[in-house]
Amino acid sequence: MDFLKFFNKDSGPSKNVAKERLKLVLVHDRTNCSPHFLDMVKGDIIRIISDYVEIDESGLDVKLTKTKSDIDDTMIPALVANIPIKKMKDKSGGY
Amino acid sequence: MGEAIVITSGKGGVGKTTTTANLGTGLSQLGYKVAVVDADIGLRNLDVVMGLENRIVYDLVDVVEGVCRLKQALIKDKRYEGLFLLPAAQTKDKNSVTPEQMRKLTNDLKEMFDYVLLDCPAGIEQGFKNAIAGAEKAIVVTTPEISAVRDADRIIGLLEASELRDPLLIVNRIRIDMVRKGDMMNIEDMIDILAIDLLGVVPDDEAIVISTNKGEPVVTENNSLAGQAYRNIAKRITGENVPFINMEVTENIVTKLRKIFGLAK
Repeated sequence: MDFLKFFNKDSGPSKNVAKERLKLVLVHDRTNCSPHFLDMVKGDIIRIISDYVEIDESGLDVKLTKTKSDIDDTMIPALVANIPIKKMKDKSGGY
Repeated sequence: MGEAIVITSGKGGVGKTTTTANLGTGLSQLGYKVAVVDADIGLRNLDVVMGLENRIVYDLVDVVEGVCRLKQALIKDKRYEGLFLLPAAQTKDKNSVTPEQMRKLTNDLKEMFDYVLLDCPAGIEQGFKNAIAGAEKAIVVTTPEISAVRDADRIIGLLEASELRDPLLIVNRIRIDMVRKGDMMNIEDMIDILAIDLLGVVPDDEAIVISTNKGEPVVTENNSLAGQAYRNIAKRITGENVPFINMEVTENIVTKLRKIFGLAK
């Protein structure tokens, strides 16, 4: 029995798996947004930002999450984009 | 003027009806006048859980359609002072009542009772809309399973969209042994995900099955943990500040009981 437990530990307690799966599915449930929508947003962000900075596209992460509202204490959905910058493009020189 | 509280969950089978029966009985034992309403038209169940199935003459749809007066359809539970049941119709369907009619019915009941508990059907369709129409407070019941929590989240969103703000959570059928092993989501996990306030936690308890078999709500059983949990929730509904049953303490009681009965090693 003990060695079975040992192998089980790879994924941690099953409740953590449940919680992670649930969190992910709820983010999409709550906003009615599809993975396709996120891909479109991601594509557009890359296109626009690339004009100004050189970004690490493989490290780009766009996700829906929730955050506390500024007005009251309610939780509201937020679109969070984590965009690693390789270097700034010098655009000021032209002007 | 009483208070109308809808007990809802989204998912079926998580314990809405059991919760309604026990909280209704629990509130009546605290001395309040309580009406429990079976809003699950076509799938009547609250009557059998409460052990009142043999006394039904008229039902909710009869009242709405004017076949009888409200007082004629209310079944007095002779065991508990001040407790009344308004049964659902069994041969009609959910579309035989409108939210507007339910609002009026609930308001009429609020004139007569301190608390009106509405047992909501599963789902998010017409039956749900009817059940919440007249309520000003909502209790969301869930179990520590992914499917039930997901549905609870959806229901919370729909309640808030219907101006039923700040619903309260009851986590039903929690198994302390599994939570300890990390094989079941704990209370903090669920509150974290659903972001609503906790009203109570009801442990998974064989006493519920047994009491439902007999048609006697477990809330009246002094030795049952689930009964204690329901008594605490009933008190919290009335505004009393009752501390939550501590998981560790609960575990100790179980271990102690096991020891008494010679089951522990």
